[in-house]
Amino acid sequence: MRSGTGDTVRGPEEAGAVSHDPEESGAVGRGPSGGEPGFIELDGVEKVFHVRRKAGRLRRVREEVRAVDGISFRVPRGAMVGYIGPNGAGKSTTVKMLTGILVPSGGRLRVAGIDPARERTRLARRVGVVFGQRTTLWWDLPLRDSYELVRRMYRIPEAAYRRNLERCVELLDLEKLLPVPVRQLSLGQRMRGDIAAALLHDPEVLYLDEPTIGLDVISKAKVRGFLREVNAERGTTVLLTTHDLTDIEQLCRRVMVIDHGRLVYDGGLDGLHAVGRSERTLVVDLERELPPIEGVPGARTVKVEGPRQWLAFPAAQSAAPVVSAVAERYPLVDLSVREPDIEDVISRMYADNTAP
Amino acid sequence: MWALRSRLVEGLRAYGLIVAMWTRSTLAYRTSFLLTALGNFAATGLDFLAIMLMFTHITALGGFSLPEVAFLYGTSGVALGLADLVLGSMDRLGTRVRDGTMDVLLVRPVPVFAQVAADRFALRRLGRILQAAVVLGWSLSRLEVDWTPGKVLLVPLMLLCGAVIFGAVFTIGAAFQFVAQDAAEVQNSFTYGGTTMLQYPPTVFAKDLVRGVTFVVPLAFVNWLPALRLLGRDDPLGLPGWVDFLGPAVAAAMCGLAWLAWRAGLRNYRSTGS
Repeated sequence: MRSGTGDTVRGPEEAGAVSHDPEESGAVGRGPSGGEPGFIELDGVEKVFHVRRKAGRLRRVREEVRAVDGISFRVPRGAMVGYIGPNGAGKSTTVKMLTGILVPSGGRLRVAGIDPARERTRLARRVGVVFGQRTTLWWDLPLRDSYELVRRMYRIPEAAYRRNLERCVELLDLEKLLPVPVRQLSLGQRMRGDIAAALLHDPEVLYLDEPTIGLDVISKAKVRGFLREVNAERGTTVLLTTHDLTDIEQLCRRVMVIDHGRLVYDGGLDGLHAVGRSERTLVVDLERELPPIEGVPGARTVKVEGPRQWLAFPAAQSAAPVVSAVAERYPLVDLSVREPDIEDVISRMYADNTAP
Repeated sequence: MWALRSRLVEGLRAYGLIVAMWTRSTLAYRTSFLLTALGNFAATGLDFLAIMLMFTHITALGGFSLPEVAFLYGTSGVALGLADLVLGSMDRLGTRVRDGTMDVLLVRPVPVFAQVAADRFALRRLGRILQAAVVLGWSLSRLEVDWTPGKVLLVPLMLLCGAVIFGAVFTIGAAFQFVAQDAAEVQNSFTYGGTTMLQYPPTVFAKDLVRGVTFVVPLAFVNWLPALRLLGRDDPLGLPGWVDFLGPAVAAAMCGLAWLAWRAGLRNYRSTGS
């Protein structure tokens, strides 16, 4: 049972971004005429895998897995969009189809007017990809040599190359790393190196698959700041898949949520919190064991463990009034704020979605 | 047609770029390179040492003299060495598929085949070629053959066709790894294993095996069949004489097969992602 492409998508004003426009885009591919300019366009895109599963001692059954199950969206040129969802939701599969690595089983997909599956190498000159889990650099080569090879492979003009490299080296703090073989870099250094490599050829669109996974706070901040700048100055379209809601909060005005291969939300981050009823948690350490904290507007105490207490409050709300309300009336020693868990937000949203 | 040609040119260019990069990075550590090349030379040389030891006790092996066996050894060694140098890194493809780095190759604007073939290009493999070439040179100086222009031409031709046939086997093996990621050993048994077999005269092997490497995996065309012609011997299968000259045709056919296998493998990968 599959419903239409757009009707399960929830989102406030952006609901119109999901269109079923069947008309073919022009040869130049600036998007359907008259409609919203879609730099990235997906119409009912599907990816079905066939897996063999053991059933009994010798028998094996072929099973269909719908990794991406009818996804439609448009991303205009220059946008920075978060693409989030739990593990196995179909995020990476979508990115792989957008780059032409995987051939879709159905639907229509265009990036800059190009069908990625058919013209993978032509598209490759115009996109940059960063896979958080694996490097696109040459493991045994020094960073500088890797970049030099990228330059030749992409036929980057000397002047543009030098300009882009200098910029990346400066903003991502790569100077000292250039002579170091990639295998000797730490995860955060490697990620910065990878992002630079993906931008040397001035791509029009940048896909980032978990770019901050496993990074320390400083590296994360550096990467985010850089991406913001690239998007703002270059007008590079950015599609970001992530587990980290903070990435989205700091970078993207629009977020798409995918679960079980379907788009379940497309809109602003605030709307996501509202839809998912997500909550942040304030963890406070008091001077001594006290009864559960009461009377803090907008917050409720969800857990008490000795002098430590947990207060939940809506994610869209600022933490400051909650903190000051607690500090005013209780002997506060220490505190921390925990961001809502994306998995929780989505699972709640999904539960709502499938409910009658 | 034009598109195919431009892809070929693109592929060769990319191959050249990557190979140049690896060569430069290898030569940055010159001592290390010389030692590994020397090691490669010595390790492959041990095979021939074994043959020479054998000949201290016998005068002929399967009816072949030492220079004749050396000729087989040299031709198969050079042919495999060339294929190994150019395409030897392809057996890492299974690993790439398993750890997901295959995707990285697919997002670059150059043919995947060129990237896989040139990956970690190992110049030390010159050691094997050099060693086999030395043995071949020695055998050529000792062989009692009436050298006609045709026979002289046959030697480089068989080396080239042999290298192409081995290269096709490397490619088909790699393509198979798109489906079965642990198939590298199967491929190795045909390439590295195959060359060990080709070092010995076909007369010492069972006929079924000789049939197998003639008709199934046509390694016999690397050196056995043309060498038998050159040395004026009858082949143990009693095939008609013109079969000896089929080397180029077999090599071309193997290339076609390899191309199809590679395409099918890549297509399968792009539809299943694993």
